[in-house]
Amino acid sequence: MADEKRKIRIATCSLAGCFGCHTSMLDIDERLFDLLEMVEFDRTPFTDIKHCGPCDIGIVEGGVSNAENAHVLKEFRENCKVLVAIGSCAITGNVPALRNNIDLWDCFQEVYLYDPGTEGKQIPNDPELPLPFDKVYPIYEVVKVDYFLHGCPPPANAIWKFLTDLIQGRQPETGHELLRYD
Amino acid sequence: MISTITIDGKTVPFTEEQTIMDAALAAGVYIPHLCHNPEFKPHGSCKLCVVEANGRNVTSCTMPASPGMVVVNDTPELNEDRKALVQMLFVEGNHICPACEATGNCQLQAAGYYLHMQSPHFMHFYPPRRVDASHPDIFLDLNRCILCELCVRASRDIDKKSVFGISSRGIDSHLVVNSESGRLGDTSMAVTDKAAHVCPTGAILIKRKGYTVPMGKRLFDQKTLPEFHLEQQKRVEPEDGPDGG
Repeated sequence: MADEKRKIRIATCSLAGCFGCHTSMLDIDERLFDLLEMVEFDRTPFTDIKHCGPCDIGIVEGGVSNAENAHVLKEFRENCKVLVAIGSCAITGNVPALRNNIDLWDCFQEVYLYDPGTEGKQIPNDPELPLPFDKVYPIYEVVKVDYFLHGCPPPANAIWKFLTDLIQGRQPETGHELLRYD
Repeated sequence: MISTITIDGKTVPFTEEQTIMDAALAAGVYIPHLCHNPEFKPHGSCKLCVVEANGRNVTSCTMPASPGMVVVNDTPELNEDRKALVQMLFVEGNHICPACEATGNCQLQAAGYYLHMQSPHFMHFYPPRRVDASHPDIFLDLNRCILCELCVRASRDIDKKSVFGISSRGIDSHLVVNSESGRLGDTSMAVTDKAAHVCPTGAILIKRKGYTVPMGKRLFDQKTLPEFHLEQQKRVEPEDGPDGG
């Protein structure tokens, strides 16, 4: 066993995102089998492991919109040698950050009290719910990020190119054709 | 008489009254820029076109070429500075590319691609900015304005309407609309005006046209920013070229 080459360990998570980047990761299709030859997964929605242990690569989708997002992000940074921001939400805040110019309380009232379709007319206040932040932050404004992979979501080919570069020890390069902010 | 300058060692001819930018574009040498458009009087505000001319940093769109001038343009140092400028433009406004109709046609975005901008790097301002949808045919979304003043110049110099202006100074600078209400719908601006079609970003958009060309088949899906800008130059050149052929 000692001779067996240790596999690269990867963790992924989605914070204030839509899981679109994770869906795009799955879009590498049959190359997933090649990927699993090279890596093993720690915490990720694919394994349903709840906490991130020591990993080589952490891939974070989504921005930081509440206290739980910040907690998870810090756990990733502490455990992952290389941290990757994947997708526009993690890199710029993206669509969730559209609320950044609206007062949080106004936002809650609009969604839970004034919207004609709401029932019960109550702003959720269960102590189990994570505390929302005043703004949605890109992850690099909270922790140090090593690499950025743009796109909404990044195309499967860009993810594959990026991951294989990183796993095989090359500087990940996404050239003009794979660099997209949308 | 034709005089010459050199840009990155390449000899480039110029005629009287040409700037470094004019001479470069006419010779097919690309200097990155956002606020410059050969159809309009230079403005010199975006600073992307800064080059080193005879050892001094100057905006090439406003600096007249002079005989024997030695220009340094395409260096890692200058391109890093240009990238930082683009990053600052991104974080100063609210540029949500995936939610913008102009994505794929946006020169700010294309400048980011050209300069390999991998992250916005700086802290986002998320400034509160207005959207003006009062005009029947045109959206004005100030979240995406980079203060290039192309619409100001087009409206003033071509359309002769002076619909736009810049108000305040420094970080408070912002685009204003020349009507009592401050709304675009209360101006004489028409969808056929030049000013409606010069915005390099998605700040001025034509209504009901946003997705006629699908994402993936848009301007900068087909070509790079240098290709686009060099073609733009060709459109304004006289048939026989600036040096008389």
